[in-house]
Amino acid sequence: MPAPQRDIISQSGYRAGPDLFKILCQGAALVTVLLLGWIIYEIVESAWPSIQKFGLDFITTSAWVPNRERFGVLPFIMGTLASSLLAILFAFPLGVSIAIFLSENFLSPSIRQTMRFVVEMLAAIPSVVYGLWGIFIIIPIVKAFGDWAVASLGGFPLFSGPAYGNSLLTASVVLAIMILPTITAISRNALAAVPKTLREGTYALGATRWEAIFSVILPTAAPGIVAATILGLGRAMGETMAVAMLIGNSSRLSWSVLSPSGTLAGLLANQFGEAQGLQVNSLMYAALILIAITLFVNLIGEAVLRHTQKATAGIR
Amino acid sequence: MQTTKEAPVKMPLDDSNPLGRPDFISVKDFNFFYGKKQALYDINMDIPERQVTAFIGPSGCGKSTLLRNFNRMNELIDGIHNSGDIRILGKSIYDKGVEVISLRRSIGMVFQKSNPFPKSIYENVVFALRISGNSKKSELDECVERSLRGAALWNEVKDRLHESALGLSGGQMQRLCIARAIANRPKVLLMDEPCSALDPIATVKVEELIRELKQQFTIVIVTHNMQQATRCSDNTAFFYLGKLVEYADTQKIFSNPSEKQTEDYITGRFG
Repeated sequence: MPAPQRDIISQSGYRAGPDLFKILCQGAALVTVLLLGWIIYEIVESAWPSIQKFGLDFITTSAWVPNRERFGVLPFIMGTLASSLLAILFAFPLGVSIAIFLSENFLSPSIRQTMRFVVEMLAAIPSVVYGLWGIFIIIPIVKAFGDWAVASLGGFPLFSGPAYGNSLLTASVVLAIMILPTITAISRNALAAVPKTLREGTYALGATRWEAIFSVILPTAAPGIVAATILGLGRAMGETMAVAMLIGNSSRLSWSVLSPSGTLAGLLANQFGEAQGLQVNSLMYAALILIAITLFVNLIGEAVLRHTQKATAGIR
Repeated sequence: MQTTKEAPVKMPLDDSNPLGRPDFISVKDFNFFYGKKQALYDINMDIPERQVTAFIGPSGCGKSTLLRNFNRMNELIDGIHNSGDIRILGKSIYDKGVEVISLRRSIGMVFQKSNPFPKSIYENVVFALRISGNSKKSELDECVERSLRGAALWNEVKDRLHESALGLSGGQMQRLCIARAIANRPKVLLMDEPCSALDPIATVKVEELIRELKQQFTIVIVTHNMQQATRCSDNTAFFYLGKLVEYADTQKIFSNPSEKQTEDYITGRFG
């Protein structure tokens, strides 16, 4: 009897009638895309007078004098890049080391779980609290280090004096702590995703734990760790409150990490309240540049991450 | 009295018996536990030199567990313990002086799922040499050719030794893993279901390889495939529920088993 079979097929009525859930989901997805487009449109629109007036000079000059309507954000772009790269420099070795300790069996599972929780909780501390903590704890330490560094390494441009508490270095140290959870969590995932068969194969050849980690496990997880670093970089670049509280917000270009500096995010936070006219337009222009930089960095991070997942899928 | 520090017992151990020892690997009253769960009960068996010994039995019968004790791979798992002894060439692998690292370096192991490192073919093969600190190019080159020839893979990959090993086919990957396992000239080769993920043609190649390799190596192979056991092993051990039920010449096991359980298993009545 062929009839019952046909019945079974037609009973699956997924296409019968409008699917409310599907429409809701599509609507939500559409709203997200529209929202992003809208935000960017609004920023470009508000920035337009400044874009027309300064063009690319806005990016390559370093005067920020609202009274004379002269605006150039080079120092803030440099400050953004320098503070986040310096933060990565501190956070990368620490984050990857923690990730190794959390993914390998150095510690008992319960201790590992607790440590993992604690590190991830660092991400839950509000930015302004990091800023306060930085003011009371990190600034005195960096100031003391700075005085010593200027006295003994002052000839070196990175440590030329005078040393300030509110400086690039202070902001970078606190940023490093703030992006540590990102780097640790994603690196840990990459390390934990290294297939068990690969670990076994390595140990079966008589590798010690360190040999296994450095010659097989880390190289296998490397693309994921790179992605973690780039995503951490993206976070550091967009970070506002703590940096604005700590970096000194200076528009002076300096080689010294002990000098005050400024970031795009900090500039926006500090000035939009009292800005008028062309200054608002210029702040919007600066916001556009910040969005462009962070979007670019995040896209690269995502691309590397996707590439990794494909690459490790091959060995699993 | 003079106190002398006992020198670590280095594997590989030198043997001087050309005929092959009947007890190359010797298991004595061996019990093994994962936590509280006992996985092996009073195993006693001798595995002869330069022969292929197959471990068969239904899943969970302990055959892989025993195999993984020969190079102490089980110690990567938390909460295991064991009693009894395993000796290789008369020396206990659990002796205080035995370094587990050098034990594993002297025993090659091939896994169920091929596990090439995400490195070049060349670097995969010389991995064991590199971690033993050997970086002389001439020796590494010699080792790559010898091992890949030994694993019947040389002709297929000799022109692309520096390409990624992940570009090989499944069967080639498994033979690469065999090449990697024999690169450091181990005495023993352990194979944990080496063909279970391979297609029939690749399986035939690996089985031919196993028959060749037994000229040089003492091979222990865990398999779920009865035909494979009959085709390439000299001795067969049947395990059931953590016990060694029967251990004899492969021909005898498959033509005239003395235990009812063995007969039921090989004729497919359970497992």
